[in-house]
Amino acid sequence: MPGERTWVTEAWTWLDDRLGLAGIGTLAKKKDVPVHRHTLWYYLGGMTLFLFMVQLGTGALLLIYYRPSAGEAYESIQFLMAEVQFGWLIRSIHAWSANLMIFALFLHLFSVLLLRAYSRPRELTWVSGFALFGLALTFGFTGYLLPWNELSYFATRVGTQIIAVIPVVGESLLRVLRGGEDVTGATLTRFYAIHVAILPAAALAMLGVHLYLVQRHGMSVPESVAAAGGPKRRMPFFPNFFLRDLVGWLTALAILAALAAYFPAELGVKADPFAPAPAGIRPEWYFMFMFQTLKYLPAHIVGIEGEAVGILGFGLGGLVLLLVPFLDRGAERGKSGRVFMWLGLAIIVFVIVLTYLGYTANPRK
Amino acid sequence: MSSPTQGRRTFLQWVMSRGLVTWILSTSIGGLFVAVLYPVTKYLVPPASTESAASTVTLPFPPGDVAPNTAKLFKFGNRPGIIVRTASGELRAFSATCTHLGCIIQLRQDLGQFWCACHNGHFDLNGINIAGPPPRPLDKFVVNVRGDQIVVSKGA
Repeated sequence: MPGERTWVTEAWTWLDDRLGLAGIGTLAKKKDVPVHRHTLWYYLGGMTLFLFMVQLGTGALLLIYYRPSAGEAYESIQFLMAEVQFGWLIRSIHAWSANLMIFALFLHLFSVLLLRAYSRPRELTWVSGFALFGLALTFGFTGYLLPWNELSYFATRVGTQIIAVIPVVGESLLRVLRGGEDVTGATLTRFYAIHVAILPAAALAMLGVHLYLVQRHGMSVPESVAAAGGPKRRMPFFPNFFLRDLVGWLTALAILAALAAYFPAELGVKADPFAPAPAGIRPEWYFMFMFQTLKYLPAHIVGIEGEAVGILGFGLGGLVLLLVPFLDRGAERGKSGRVFMWLGLAIIVFVIVLTYLGYTANPRK
Repeated sequence: MSSPTQGRRTFLQWVMSRGLVTWILSTSIGGLFVAVLYPVTKYLVPPASTESAASTVTLPFPPGDVAPNTAKLFKFGNRPGIIVRTASGELRAFSATCTHLGCIIQLRQDLGQFWCACHNGHFDLNGINIAGPPPRPLDKFVVNVRGDQIVVSKGA
């Protein structure tokens, strides 16, 4: 480093000798981001990552007061919301950030799908991202139960019952998942362990793989941009793109704070395993389209139980989505194929329409 | 005559050529894997629940508490049951667990039907699934009124 040897440069040299900071700097300089009309979509992954970090932070804070038992979970959150200073804020941010993270994740996934950024050599980047998507939904599903209220109790009864549809092993898997025949305190401790230990470990590992692959392959340039002669210029990732990321993250933080302040997370009524499911029962919004579809399916479809057909359909849909990079052979050869773009659009329309119906259709009819 | 060193080398070569080391290593790793995986898998399976074997329960409320065209939930072991008095005065009891995805049903007095709020399933007062996604009728219980007590039991 040129100039005077101050304590700063000395400290730098000392650390560099031991940590190889210069190497990290070189790595950071190597990465750049193509600038074109689709550049906006590149921010969504970073946004999801930021919201995930918010989840880790607020989640760790919630653990300090939360008690994972059927007798105490609801009361501990009541205490957190009412008595603990800023307890309502931490929990509301955790709840809102979870929703925004999944929303950003949806946008990220569909933008990659529609821009066909999954094409060779990024197939495994897509697969690792899809795994993260699955982990995020599992985070949402397990976290939903933890307050032990009426809504989450029945959502979990329904959500776990779905696994029993799997032939042969379904009933056994259901018992393992619930920790017994029914949704009880045993289910709560299981979901708690999954939510606060297993999923974070798995997500961090998968995130490492995903980020490594993104770093290795660089940003994908959409076909339309490549066909028009490629991006006109590229911006360095560090600091240019990163600073723009930061602006987005600070904006997200401000939005989170506002949402938490104006629409704090509700707690509802404590779960009662011997009370009927209340009218208007519903899962988190990102499961709404599946929930609503199951309502419309008749009891039997060509001799098979309707819900089994529906769940099988969703399973198959997920599998096709996971395997898109391998099914879309045209993308590999750089051919413009429209099939998967239409498929992606069809999925988006289906999800939006069913979600809309889920919130607007009269639940009593 | 071979020297001791040579003899050792030949033995080593024999071991290597047989792939013994590889075999021991791979089976040890496999064994270790199983030794870890087996207890963990068994650990995750919950112990068999002490499900109440009782096939009969006496309800904690008298028959007079169930007015015509109303229903009450009760505990049948660790499962919920529902007892309804029809407009004609007859008491009927069913499992309150919806046969679709296991939510707990309720009586819709406006329809005179059982209704599951989760996926909009309807059952008539005989427990027959009549609309929506439920694939099977509700499990029916036998109701006996003995004086001031309602005794509900599983059908034969």
